[in-house]
Amino acid sequence: MDNLKKRELVSKIFIFISTFTAILGLFWLVFILSDLLIKGAASINWSLFVDDFVPPGLPGGGMKPAFIGQLIIVSIAVLIGIPIGLLGGTYIAEYGRNSKSAKFISMLSDLATSIPSIVVGTFVYAVVVKPMGHFSALAGSFALAIIMIPVMLKTTENMLKLVPWNLREAAFALGTPYYKVIFQIVYKSALTGLLTGTILSIARIAGETAPLLFTSLNNSFLSCNLTQPMASLTVTIYRYAMGPYDNWHTMAWAASFVITAFILILTIISRILVKWRYSKNG
Amino acid sequence: MKKEGTKSNSFELKNKITLFVTMFAAYFVPVLILSILVSLSFESADAFNKFGFFRFITTSTWDPVKQIFGGAAPIYGTVVTTVLSLIFAAPVSIGIAIFITQICPKKIKGIISGAIELLASIPSIIYGMWGLFVLAPIMSNYIEPFLQKTIGKLPLVGIIFKGTPIGIDLLTASLILSIMIIPFITSVARDSFELVPDNLIESAYGIGSTKWEVIKNIVLPYSKTGMYGGMILGIGRAIGETMAVAFVLGNKHEIVLSLLGASSTIPVTLANEFTEADSKIYMSSLFYLALILFVSSFVILAIAKYMILRTNKNG
Amino acid sequence: MDEYILKVKKLNFYYGKKQVLFDIDMNIEKNCVTALIGPSGCGKTTFLRCFNRMHDLYKGNRYEGEILYNNTDILKIKDSIKLRSKIGMVFQSPTPFPMSIFDNVAYGLRLKGIKNRAELSDRVEDALIKAALWEEVKDRLSASSSGLSGGQQQRLVIARALAVEPDILLFDEPTSALDPIATSKIEELMIALKKITTIIVVTHNMQQAARVSDFTAFFYLGRLIEFNKTEEFFTRPKSKQTEDYITGKFG
Repeated sequence: MDNLKKRELVSKIFIFISTFTAILGLFWLVFILSDLLIKGAASINWSLFVDDFVPPGLPGGGMKPAFIGQLIIVSIAVLIGIPIGLLGGTYIAEYGRNSKSAKFISMLSDLATSIPSIVVGTFVYAVVVKPMGHFSALAGSFALAIIMIPVMLKTTENMLKLVPWNLREAAFALGTPYYKVIFQIVYKSALTGLLTGTILSIARIAGETAPLLFTSLNNSFLSCNLTQPMASLTVTIYRYAMGPYDNWHTMAWAASFVITAFILILTIISRILVKWRYSKNG
Repeated sequence: MKKEGTKSNSFELKNKITLFVTMFAAYFVPVLILSILVSLSFESADAFNKFGFFRFITTSTWDPVKQIFGGAAPIYGTVVTTVLSLIFAAPVSIGIAIFITQICPKKIKGIISGAIELLASIPSIIYGMWGLFVLAPIMSNYIEPFLQKTIGKLPLVGIIFKGTPIGIDLLTASLILSIMIIPFITSVARDSFELVPDNLIESAYGIGSTKWEVIKNIVLPYSKTGMYGGMILGIGRAIGETMAVAFVLGNKHEIVLSLLGASSTIPVTLANEFTEADSKIYMSSLFYLALILFVSSFVILAIAKYMILRTNKNG
Repeated sequence: MDEYILKVKKLNFYYGKKQVLFDIDMNIEKNCVTALIGPSGCGKTTFLRCFNRMHDLYKGNRYEGEILYNNTDILKIKDSIKLRSKIGMVFQSPTPFPMSIFDNVAYGLRLKGIKNRAELSDRVEDALIKAALWEEVKDRLSASSSGLSGGQQQRLVIARALAVEPDILLFDEPTSALDPIATSKIEELMIALKKITTIIVVTHNMQQAARVSDFTAFFYLGRLIEFNKTEEFFTRPKSKQTEDYITGKFG
């Protein structure tokens, strides 16, 4: 009897420890998010979005060039990355299905989603910045696109594989060529999934800093020239946070709040989409 | 009849084009990985020729003036922060995964695991900034002095807490890294716990095991490979992390035994010095570090995926 | 005028190295329902899928022998796309495409290049009437096909196959995913459709074969054991194996 009591006590202790770790995990999340909310959301004001940078040490100013730059760099990355990822994933799930090379590419893409992003930065520096002779927004977009392609490819592959095979066979049986089966039937069936993949890929790169450090670099002025250095929100946050001025820190917190909120909202939307689509119709 | 014939010819052509275009897109990934390898090797050739491999990874001199470069310090920093972050993160992650799969009520299961996964979508620069402004002061004011007063007083091990607690050090960096990799290890561990067959668990309860005994004797051994796979995945994530560490590690090319010392990692060195490198050999040495990082993270991730894949097949 | 629409001669079929059909000889009569029965794994579905060259979709499959259709060998035709618009197929579980009811039925017509709105809607209506679905959906042609019941979806798929006016319709266990009421509707439909087309149906249900078909073929281990008029097949089976199977001794 004593033995049983001891065993039950041990069990209770470990259950408590396990519960505690879960609370610890949630604690970090709440800790970080609440700091962002307190320090970041509170210091958001209109001038953050509409005012230009001011020279170091001067009061006032905003991060307008960084917001615009971020938008441009990410948009171009999306324009390059999403189609390549989508089509590549289509090959893996459709034409290449069951082929050894497709399986190999799928496995490589899985690994490529975790390549350190700073390495991607050095690579783009070597193949784009160096030959061009200077830093440029395009190089930054290219680096981000490289990061998002494997992510988009993998989600596309997984989402297309969820479309029942007999739907394709039914279309083939009508004499439909494969490309029409893909574009008119498979894509349509997997639409929510593909949308989710797109959102997740964007969320994956929107907060990236390391690959931009030596590709798009930075710019103290508003620039829309793609072949020149361009300010991005993340690099600006880095610069401002590491700087010595209090008002820079405040602005860095505000910008961090904006970018984190953006990414978390995208992530949550994609989760809801998946849940809504794949729990309802199986 | 003739019209239909030409129609299906055009089908065939368009189909070939689609096949070709999608295949081209798919091959982007292997071509990319190969080009990264080739271009980084090419760029680091100078440093490799001058410093060799073993000498480069064992020398800690990093002197842009004399143009002598050895990567030992950032490599040491990378290894220490990675190992330490795994030591912090692994038990917590496994505990969370146990909680999610075995303990918590079904209703809040989704919410808890969703919340933990959110940790993975917070950008690393936010972790870094939060670490610098929030965590580092807490570490230097409370945690580190406390550690010095307790474990620091012990002989031999005391050396790891020597120095002035400023909060910008290996310990803080590792702690932040550990928070960042928790969601990755948790999700792999959770998936492998869920592969344990229900009847196995039920039969263990059937012979009168307590909950912990079921977890310890059935669930954990059954999903061992997956758990280790998750930990290695965590290592692979931590090793290449840049921004979170860049804020709180300083950038010091020195091998320090104390965890309270500033240091550097490969990614941090790259982030800080890449745009400042003013000589060819300096640049080449940085590329050399990038190559070492790329290859090692790739190998580690491949091992992790292999192990995770193996558990999924067993299940 | 030839009464046989399909003549199968010495057909052998291989999945890679594994042979799954052995020396099948069989003639299929026009405007009849022919049922293929046999225990699972006997090759009946494999045989059915030879007629529209469905096996071409997968690597490593190989045919030997010939299947004559209008005096041309199906197995040698290059353009399987055109073939499939002449020989339609209906699958086990309903496969409505993710589009409206109208677009589903019009899909095959549009593939053929028909763009005229009036012609499309005439032929869609015609096909839906033939598939006995018109009355149920005529007011919601633009609604999504996913709102239909399983039985309705299966009839929609039949209408989609009928719209291109195929000579032959292949049914692969068309009622195995349906309830008894929907099943009997599909069975009535098959009997009615033989006036306009020829039907080959794979079924695991012997009663169904007896109810709907004019001819029945029994497959076992990749060989055609017996093929006869349905009535004689079930009342006076020639082979011992057939008798054992239809009396429920194995399978």
